Amino acid sequence: MHVRPPKNSQSKDFLQMEGIGVLMTCPMFPYLEQELEQRFHLHRLWDFPSRRRFLEAHAGSIRAVVGDTKVGADAELIDALPGLEIVATFSVGLDKIDLGRCGEKGIRVTNTPDVLTDDVADIAIALMLGVLRKVCGCDAFVRSGKWKSGDFGLTAKFSGKSVGIVGLGRIGSAIAKRAEAFGCPISYCSRSEKPHVSYKYYPTAAELARHCRILVVACALTEETRRIVGREVLDALGPEGVLINVGRGAHVDEPELVAALLEGRLGGAGLDVYENEPEAAEELFPMDNVVLLPHVGSDTVETSTAMADLVVANLEAHFAGKPLLTPVI
Amino acid sequence: MDASSPQNDGVLLLPEVLLLRPSALALPFTAGLGAHFRLLDPLDSPEPARSFLSSRCRAVRALLCLFSPALPVKAETLDLLPSLELVVVSSAGLEHVDLPYCRRRGIAVTNASAAFCEDGADYAVGLLIDVMRRVSHGDRFVRAGSWPVQGELPLGFKLGGKRVGIVGLGSIGSETAKRLASFGCNIAYYSRKERLHVPYTYYANVHDLAANSNILVLCCALTEDTRHIINKDVMSALGNEGIIINVGRGALVDEKELVQRLVRGEIGGAGLDVFEHEPKVPDELFVMDKVVLSPHRAVFTPESLEGVQELIIGNLKAFFSNEPLRSLVQYE
Repeated sequence: MHVRPPKNSQSKDFLQMEGIGVLMTCPMFPYLEQELEQRFHLHRLWDFPSRRRFLEAHAGSIRAVVGDTKVGADAELIDALPGLEIVATFSVGLDKIDLGRCGEKGIRVTNTPDVLTDDVADIAIALMLGVLRKVCGCDAFVRSGKWKSGDFGLTAKFSGKSVGIVGLGRIGSAIAKRAEAFGCPISYCSRSEKPHVSYKYYPTAAELARHCRILVVACALTEETRRIVGREVLDALGPEGVLINVGRGAHVDEPELVAALLEGRLGGAGLDVYENEPEAAEELFPMDNVVLLPHVGSDTVETSTAMADLVVANLEAHFAGKPLLTPVI
Repeated sequence: MDASSPQNDGVLLLPEVLLLRPSALALPFTAGLGAHFRLLDPLDSPEPARSFLSSRCRAVRALLCLFSPALPVKAETLDLLPSLELVVVSSAGLEHVDLPYCRRRGIAVTNASAAFCEDGADYAVGLLIDVMRRVSHGDRFVRAGSWPVQGELPLGFKLGGKRVGIVGLGSIGSETAKRLASFGCNIAYYSRKERLHVPYTYYANVHDLAANSNILVLCCALTEDTRHIINKDVMSALGNEGIIINVGRGALVDEKELVQRLVRGEIGGAGLDVFEHEPKVPDELFVMDKVVLSPHRAVFTPESLEGVQELIIGNLKAFFSNEPLRSLVQYE
């Protein structure tokens, strides 16, 4: 089931790039490291005892940064690399990159849209099924040996439940398409209503939450969407409602979420992201109406490989003077 | 029967229905049924069951078979019911009913899969995504506090583009196919007969289906023909990275063979809601991250149970009113 796309063929451009300094900010995917190492002079930031030590040794030679959702390219790093021309992130999210600073300095930025859309949408549905049908709870029940003493009990039906999507971009639309196959009525909120979309539009997340059973956060993290799900939205979703977050932890007021779950004001939650990864709020660990995943939205062999190929292809295009494949700026 | 039935000394004459059920079971349905039918329950009588049937049930025309009844609906029971015309079954599976015998006697049989096919399909999809994307594994990982300590889970596998082979394209199989198609899976199926007008590739036997699939989803009933239909040959054809999802019956799979293959790495993973000797689950599975285990819950939602009760009552009422039955099993 592991699909490897064909490698880029050798070319004059390929050979000339061996001296180009590329900085990888943290471990992300061994295949990506190998591909970068074969083509460029790869520096691993985590090989150094501190960022300062790395910069002292190599700042001048770095022309590209490869970051991800854990460690990106903030203003401090950008300013410390005088030769930096391009930031290629191993993600679609851009919240760890100082886009403003890059723009000011004429630094190009690329990300990995589209290739991970399906995987993230699949995880959103997995979380919905996990919370409502308690698939994970059932697995834990069997593994604990409790089935010998009695049955598990009933779980909540998923098909036909109303789904509200915060952010109807690529990922939100892919979630909608899947939920429709389960007979779920779809509604959404977005910065503006989308033409040619048959789903019901609500202007705010709170309005949307009032009119659906399952609320999914699938939008980009911006200043406007930070804590878009807070007390008001959680109360609107209510004791039968379920929150699913495949966006960013910062989309949700996590202490409010925990309180709502503890007090029974919210029915359940399925989370792939948290405010302080990899620390998820410990109060969630004993709850049987939540499903907790360690930010695996795009973590498949196939998609990681496709994302890595896209990062490499963008860097090669840049250094060969060709158009970037997936530029942000 | 409705409120306009004839009354005799203030007692409504409700039609009689023989109830065959498991011996130790809290019954969610019978309260609702008692309003419409007079239930004859051999397990409620001090009389031995066979004697109860032969003395009290000679005129009984309809029988309700709940779950795995203490008395199976086979020759030795049916021979004591000369007036029987209808068997109503509460499950999708018919393994407690001798279908060929019923056919010879001219007894109609109804099942209940229409009532819970959506829930069954939802659960099959839930198990499959869980196996492919390590959902239960990840949930365990986070709850154990392992994320800050151990870093990341191994990568999972993408659903889109995978070839899914559905074994049994009845109501649960069809609903499962429809859902998985929306994930970008390529759907093929095996069924006793090819279905016209379905957009999926048909294979005339399970071995060929397995040879052309990455994933098998078992949605068929357990009969003499389908016992261990997923055997050593089929598992070999599926291959070392293959995945098996079972929401049918445990005995559809040669469980010993499956477990050995999982241990030896000769099959990729499995999502199992049913087992050959429930609630016993092979010990080897408890330490595996590539399996997802479930205690026979695929269709147990409040909506499905209500739907089953409604369908049972609907079939019985239709029968006693000489109207068409709602979910007649077609003899083939």
